[in-house]
Amino acid sequence: MFDKLLSPEVLKETWEILRTDFLFATWETLYVTVLATLFAIVIGLPLGVLLVAGEKNGVMPLPGGVMHVLGLIINLLRSVPFLILMIMVFPLTRLIVGTTVGTTASIVPLVIAAFPFVARLAESSLREVNPNIIEMAQSMGASPLQIIIKVMIPESVPSLISNATIAITTILGYSAMSGIIGGGGLGKIAINYGYYRYKYLVMLAAVVLLILLVQVFQSVGTRASAKSDKRLK
Amino acid sequence: MIEIKNLCKTFELDGKKVEALKNVNITIESGDIYGIIGMSGAGKSTLVRCINMLERPTEGSVVIDGTDIGALSEKELRSVRRNVTMIFQGFNLLMQRTCLKNICFPLELSGVKKEDAKKRAAELLDIVGLPDKANAYPAQLSGGQQQRIAIARALTTNPKVLLCDEATSALDPKTTHSILNLLKEINQKTGITIVVITHQMSVVEEICSKVAILDNGTVVEEGEVANIFANPRSEAAKKLVLPEGENIIVPDNPDETPVRIVFNGAAAASKPLISQMAIDIGVAANILSASTKTIGGKVYGVMNLGVAGGSEKVKAAADYINSVPDVIAEEVKADV
Repeated sequence: MFDKLLSPEVLKETWEILRTDFLFATWETLYVTVLATLFAIVIGLPLGVLLVAGEKNGVMPLPGGVMHVLGLIINLLRSVPFLILMIMVFPLTRLIVGTTVGTTASIVPLVIAAFPFVARLAESSLREVNPNIIEMAQSMGASPLQIIIKVMIPESVPSLISNATIAITTILGYSAMSGIIGGGGLGKIAINYGYYRYKYLVMLAAVVLLILLVQVFQSVGTRASAKSDKRLK
Repeated sequence: MIEIKNLCKTFELDGKKVEALKNVNITIESGDIYGIIGMSGAGKSTLVRCINMLERPTEGSVVIDGTDIGALSEKELRSVRRNVTMIFQGFNLLMQRTCLKNICFPLELSGVKKEDAKKRAAELLDIVGLPDKANAYPAQLSGGQQQRIAIARALTTNPKVLLCDEATSALDPKTTHSILNLLKEINQKTGITIVVITHQMSVVEEICSKVAILDNGTVVEEGEVANIFANPRSEAAKKLVLPEGENIIVPDNPDETPVRIVFNGAAAASKPLISQMAIDIGVAANILSASTKTIGGKVYGVMNLGVAGGSEKVKAAADYINSVPDVIAEEVKADV
């Protein structure tokens, strides 16, 4: 299947597709990924905070039942394979976006799939905060909310940034899958040209672009995390 | 004034009850520097955390200036904690904030305007001797400097009481000394009551006027530092005051009789007591060990002598030494 991969006709055709479709597809991928990540953080970060602060020995203990249900929902959502989740959330997508097909519509299942993941990542970041520092804040008369906003979150910013980087690269990977339900982007190109129309070079180019995007996100994230960390001299 | 009354704290560990504090009674006068000393596991940290209710006592009460703070709600307690602040062994600075912002932290919590908080923080940086570190991050500072920042932070709200939980235990002796000096200075200037939790007798000697010795969750001895240092009665106190185990010191020479001298606040040793004794009564003593400290111009501590020449000489030496005010000599019996 790869024998005519680099013939002049194929190269020319691929270049043509690259020229006409890739810029927009890259934009769509970025648009979906960034928006989905933002929404996932908006929902996931507070849940991560609750997971840590709401514990029995946390700064804002919540009833055991509430914590149990919260953990259960997060685990349930994380267990559903994304491909199936996309279809399962159709009613919700229709409610929010008005349609279940298209680029914007693919953001909804991405957020649903990603926010539990983000919550777990945020949880692990927040757990890294030195408990003695939290005790210090309590000894200074900080309220639970003040401890969360002024101590736990700011102190774990470097870790939160590096976990946000993991989240965005994972969401980028998922977004490519949404080509199946008509979501735009590099994933759609890879599936439509590569899988349905046997244009493997186009598929390869789409994958290379996805790899490049991941690399960019990762190195920007790593650098931002290191730069934000004042523990390093 | 802090009154700790019948304080008990029981923890449950794997279904087993552990009594961390048993019926502790301590009264700390305003403006005092009060030491609470004990070996690790004695319950010191639990006790200090009961003073600001970071740990709720199982029984008993803590009364600060007439208010039983155990009876307060969490919200009321938060305002008390602005008056009873704390410094820690690990400094516990916010690592992602500059020193200045660390010092602003307690003011930020009570909603003081940013500008005012910064002004106050700058004043405190001056007081703790680090005016050039405003924009440095804690990781760039040495341990002693970090503790200074922590002290500054604990003082921003003008508290009445400062709790020090092993505040110098992570520092070297020289830095410990400078931090203790700073605390003493602040105590003298502001009249703040300081409660010092430590396992080091040297810390208590250096700054405390009174001390309680905590052993296994109970106060085994309490009183003026000088008295306890001179004459430790309890096992725990003896261990802390004489950590080398002075009891087992016996002369190598079988002809020598061991004599223990206790300096109980004698005027500072301007006279060489032992040499003078040799000249005055002709008894030469062998100094086997000595652990004396000068506190406020007075000598406290213990010296062990080996006196040769039979019981008459020993008695003469003991009489001679006993004639000096605030020095006590006694022959050490074989069973000691």
